[in-house]
Amino acid sequence: MSTSAVLHNADVHTHDAHHEHHHHETFISKYVFSQDHKMISKQFLITGIIWAIIGGLFSVLFRLQLGYPDTTFPFLEDLLGHWAKGGKLQPEFYYALVTMHGTILVFFVLTAGLSGTFANFLIPLQIGARDMASPMLNMLSYWFFFLASIIMFASLFVQTGPASGGWTIYPPLSALGDASSGSKIGMDLWLVSMAMFIVSSLLGGLNYISTILNLRTKGMSMTRMPLTIWGLFFTAVLGVLSFPVLLSGAILLLFDRNLGTSFYLSDIYINGKILPNEGGSAILFQHLFWFLGHPEVYIILLPAMSMSSEIISVNSRKPIFGYMAMVGSMFAIAILAFLVWAHHMFVTGLNPFLGAFFVLLTLLIAVPSAIKVFNWLTTIWRGSLRFTPAMLFAIGFVSMFISGGLTGIFLGNSALDIHLHDTYFVVAHFHIVMGVASFFGMFAGVYHWFPKMYGRYLNNTMAYIHFWVTMVGAYLIFWPMHYQGFAGVPRRYYDFSMWESFNQFGGLNEFISFVAMIVFAVQLLFVFNFFYSIFKGRKVTTTNPWGANTLEWTTPIRPGHGNWPGEIPEVHRGAYDYGKDGREFILQTEPVGENESHH
Amino acid sequence: MEGYMSTVVMEQRKKIHPHKFTLWVAIASISMMFAGLTSAYIVKESQANFLNFNLPLAFWYSTAAMIASSVTIWMAQKKFKNREMASYRKLITVTFILGLLFVALQVVGFRELYKNGLTLTTNVSVSFLYVIVFLHAAHVVGGVVALMVMFIKAFRTKTKSYNAVPVEVMGTYWHFVDFLWIYLLVFLLAVR
Repeated sequence: MSTSAVLHNADVHTHDAHHEHHHHETFISKYVFSQDHKMISKQFLITGIIWAIIGGLFSVLFRLQLGYPDTTFPFLEDLLGHWAKGGKLQPEFYYALVTMHGTILVFFVLTAGLSGTFANFLIPLQIGARDMASPMLNMLSYWFFFLASIIMFASLFVQTGPASGGWTIYPPLSALGDASSGSKIGMDLWLVSMAMFIVSSLLGGLNYISTILNLRTKGMSMTRMPLTIWGLFFTAVLGVLSFPVLLSGAILLLFDRNLGTSFYLSDIYINGKILPNEGGSAILFQHLFWFLGHPEVYIILLPAMSMSSEIISVNSRKPIFGYMAMVGSMFAIAILAFLVWAHHMFVTGLNPFLGAFFVLLTLLIAVPSAIKVFNWLTTIWRGSLRFTPAMLFAIGFVSMFISGGLTGIFLGNSALDIHLHDTYFVVAHFHIVMGVASFFGMFAGVYHWFPKMYGRYLNNTMAYIHFWVTMVGAYLIFWPMHYQGFAGVPRRYYDFSMWESFNQFGGLNEFISFVAMIVFAVQLLFVFNFFYSIFKGRKVTTTNPWGANTLEWTTPIRPGHGNWPGEIPEVHRGAYDYGKDGREFILQTEPVGENESHH
Repeated sequence: MEGYMSTVVMEQRKKIHPHKFTLWVAIASISMMFAGLTSAYIVKESQANFLNFNLPLAFWYSTAAMIASSVTIWMAQKKFKNREMASYRKLITVTFILGLLFVALQVVGFRELYKNGLTLTTNVSVSFLYVIVFLHAAHVVGGVVALMVMFIKAFRTKTKSYNAVPVEVMGTYWHFVDFLWIYLLVFLLAVR
C-alpha cells in the first residue's frame, strides 16, 4: 500500500514541473533530508570536521604514549577508563587508536569529507547545473555516510574496543575473533560501517560522473571546465571502479569471519589449537585491498590537487600554466593508479620479476606528478600574487606534495623497500604526501569557497595563525620520522624504550609528540573560526569577492535551490582568462570579443 | 525533485538521459566487483588443494530462464514504445515470474550441491562458487524488486505514465544481470 502511494507521488512530480514553487520548506526538508547539493555538501563538511577532531585527538593520545612511554597521565584514566588503567594507555587500546585514526582520516575525513563536500558543492555550481543528475541518490549518499559514521562511532564504545588490526584490516587478525580484543565485535562493526561507507561513495560517485558528463550548461565543453571539475571527475571514476573490489574482498572476509570459509585462512594455530581452515591465502586479501587502496590515495589527492590548481591561478591573477597538460597528467595518474597496487606488497614474497614491473609503473607516476608541480610553479612565476589564506594553503599543498612525492621515489624501489618497509619512513612519506597535502588542499578549498557556502568570510588573523603553525608544525612532526625510518624504527610499535638502538630517539619522539599537540590545538582554532564565522563572520557584499572567472561567482551571494534565479548562464570561454588584454579577469560567461588576443 | 529533473533535462543538450547514463556507470562498477571475485578465483585455482567438481544441473535450467526473461523484457520494451499496454503488462509479468524462477533454481542448485556433500566450507573452490552465485543472485533480486515496482505501476489504471526512461533503465539492467550470469557460467566452466 505504501509503495503505491510513493509511486503515485513520484508520478505527480514528473508531471508538475512547477512543483518547487509551491513547495513549503520545513526545517527537516531544508537542513536534514535536503536534496539541495549545497546543503548536502555542508552536511558532508561538518560531519567530516567532527570526524577530523576525533581522528586527530586519537593521534594526540597515542603520541602521548610514544613521546612519554614512562610517564602516567591520570587524566587518561578518567577519559578512557579501563583502556588507560593507571593513567597509561594499554597496548590493545594503543592499536585500536592507531587503527581508528587511519580509518577515520583516510575514509571518513579525506574521502567523504573532502570529495563529498567539494564534489557536491562545486560540480553543479561550476558546470552550470541546477543540481545533481539525481538529487535523491545524492541525499542517500550522505545518509549512508551518516549511518556508517554512527556505526563506526558506536564501535568506540564496545567493551572489547574498536577494530585494532590496522586500517588495512589484514587477515588473519581481522578474520579470527580470537586473534585480539579488537578482532571481536569492534571488527564486525568496522566491516558493517565500511560496507555502508562504500555504498555512500558509489552513490556519490555515480552521481558526480553523470552530472559532469550530462548536465553541463550551453558552451561548457569538457575543455572549458575548471580543473577542479576534472579532478573531481577522475576521483569519482577511481572510486566507482575500485571500491567494488574492496567490497568483494570485504565480503569474502565476512564469510571467513562468520561462516567458516577459508578464503584467507590456512594452517593457523591459535591459543595452541590448530584451526580447520585450509587452502586460503592472506596475501589474496592484500591484492584485493590494495587494488582499492592505491587508487584511494589518488581519490584523496586529486580533489586537493585540482582545487589548489584553481586557487593558485585565481590568486596569481594568471592563467593556469598548461591546462591540457594538467588534465592529461591527472588522466595519466588515474590510469597508473590502477596498475601499481603491488608496490604495497614488495616484501610479501611477491615474485621479484613481477616486482620489477610494479617498480617501473610506480616510478612512472613521477612523470605526470612532476608536470603538475612545474605547472603550479610556472603559474605562480611572475604572477601578481595575493596571499589569501586559501592561496597560502594551496602553495603549502604544492610544498607538501613535492616533499612527500620525493620520498615516494625511494619507497617505489623494491630493493630500498626491503630496508624501509614498515618503518617510520613510510609513515613520514604517506602522512606528508597524502595526509597533510590533502588536508592543505581541503583547507584551501574551505577558505576559498566559504564565502560562497555561507555568505560570510572566515577571520583572516585566525586563518594566518592556522596556516603558519600547521605548515611549520607538519614538517617538524614528519621530517624527523624519515631519519627514524632510515635507522630502522618500525611503525606500529607500542613502546621503543626497551631497545638500545631505538632508545636514542626517545627525545625526538617527545619533541614530535609535543609539536603534534600544538598542531592539534591550532586545528581547534580553525574549527572555532569556522563555526564562529558561519554566524558572526564579516558579510560578503559582492558576488565575486576573489575576482574569479568560474560560474559559481555568477550566482547570488547566497544562491537558493536551483542556483541561478533566472536562466542558467551560457559559457563562451575557458576558466582561466586572467590578465588577458590588460584586464584582470574575464568571466566565463563573457562572449569572446572580435579583437581579443589568443593566449 | 522530479520537477527539477525534467526542467534540468530540458535545459541541457540532450544526448543520453542522465538516469540511463548513471546506470551504465553503475554497471561498470558492479562489473569491477565480479572482476575482483573472478580474478581472485583464478589466483586460488592455480594453488594446491583446489577441488574440481561439476556444476549442478539446476544451473542450466536457471540459465534458460534467465535468457528467456531477457527476451521477454526486450519484447515488453517494444510493446511499451508502441503503447500496447495490455501486451506490455503480460510481458512484464512473465519477466517477473522468470526472474523469481531463476532465483528459485539457483537455490535448488545449491541444495543439489549440499546433498552431494559440497558445503560452503568443503573447499575454497566451493566457497567461491557459493559467494559468486549468491552475489549475482542478490543483484537479480534487486532487479526483481524493481520489476515488481514496474509491475504495480503497469496495473495501476489511475496514473498513466508513458515515460519510457524507467522501462529502458530496467531493461538495460536486466540484460546486464543476464549477461553477467552467462559470463560467470562460462568462467566457472572454463577455469576448471
